[in-house]
Amino acid sequence: MGKLTIPQEELMNSGHIGCLGCGGTLAMRYLLKALGKRTMITIPACCIAIMSGIYPRNFLKVPLLDVAFETTAASASGIRAALDAKGIDDVYVVGFGGDGGTADIGIQALSGTAERGDNIIYVMYDNEAYMNTGIQRSGATPFGAWTTTTPVGTTGDFKKRPKKNMVEIMVAHDIPYAATASVAYPEDFVKKVMKAKDMDGTKFFHVFSPCPTGWRYSPEMTIQIGVLAFQTTVFPMYEVENGVYRVTKKPAKRKPVADYLKLQGRFKHLDDETIKIIQKNVDRNWEMLLAKAEFTKKFAE
Amino acid sequence: MAKSVEDLPYIPLMSESSAVNKTGVWRVIKPIVDQEECNQCYICWKFCPDVAIHIDEEGSILIDYDHCKGCGICEAVCPKKCIEMVKEE
Repeated sequence: MGKLTIPQEELMNSGHIGCLGCGGTLAMRYLLKALGKRTMITIPACCIAIMSGIYPRNFLKVPLLDVAFETTAASASGIRAALDAKGIDDVYVVGFGGDGGTADIGIQALSGTAERGDNIIYVMYDNEAYMNTGIQRSGATPFGAWTTTTPVGTTGDFKKRPKKNMVEIMVAHDIPYAATASVAYPEDFVKKVMKAKDMDGTKFFHVFSPCPTGWRYSPEMTIQIGVLAFQTTVFPMYEVENGVYRVTKKPAKRKPVADYLKLQGRFKHLDDETIKIIQKNVDRNWEMLLAKAEFTKKFAE
Repeated sequence: MAKSVEDLPYIPLMSESSAVNKTGVWRVIKPIVDQEECNQCYICWKFCPDVAIHIDEEGSILIDYDHCKGCGICEAVCPKKCIEMVKEE
């Protein structure tokens, strides 16, 4: 028997009603493997909210609280306060929201939680649009993407604004730990969660979760798309600990961003000119990240 | 499983595992593992989004066809190419 690279304990049930090749459920599965049984999860309206199927079924083996769209982080703060009042200190409280519920609708509650420094873990699983309601554009949808509210049609009306940088917003709250992770690299994700889970304060994870339905690719390519997003540095892997940036994984050789774009139907309308603009932005972001890591190195304790 | 409304709790509590959803009926292509070729690296187990790949006591890979939706990720990530997707009958 070979060696397992992530914990074997399974805290997610099979039989959830997610799409074929769903990336979001993988994010949940790895998170629970890292945190263990003593965990409580609170979720807004998102794909994860419907995964359990009809009442009274639960797709997790841990308590799951389903709250209103804006209140994920606030409810997590509340659970933590209740646990503190009861003197229970060995439970991890997790807010688990999609990109719409985090970057757009839930950002006010999340900002409040981070500012108060409540001891919770917040995970944003990023499928780059409102997938549960039918692929509407969100703040985390990247430049150039087709969605049902940025239909390309004959006018070429794809999304014209870049993706909102949530890690950067959370770092500005002076939280102890913020990191990016990807479902294509579970070892890296589990390692980061293990490292941060016992820190005091709000911890934030931005997890890249490819979505076959909304991104218009064949379900078996979920992991391949995640790997390409990393290799092209469209989605770099880094962590920010008390303001100090560290790139946790660097691709051996950076691939052109077209390799990543051409596999997905949501980018199929892009011409060479637009791809060049995307490449330029990705290059710039990558250089900036490396510069930040270099610059903040001297502030590490 | 509650038999009538009276058996259900007053506040909504989820009391049953989602494993009663037999999502295997969604499948149009089915993964078949070549156990002779498999070197038990468990990469398919790691990436299965439906938790439908299990490891038995001997360490070999078991696919739970009641819940496997046939997404094909296991075939795509297998480094030995010993998982084959075949059409459901």
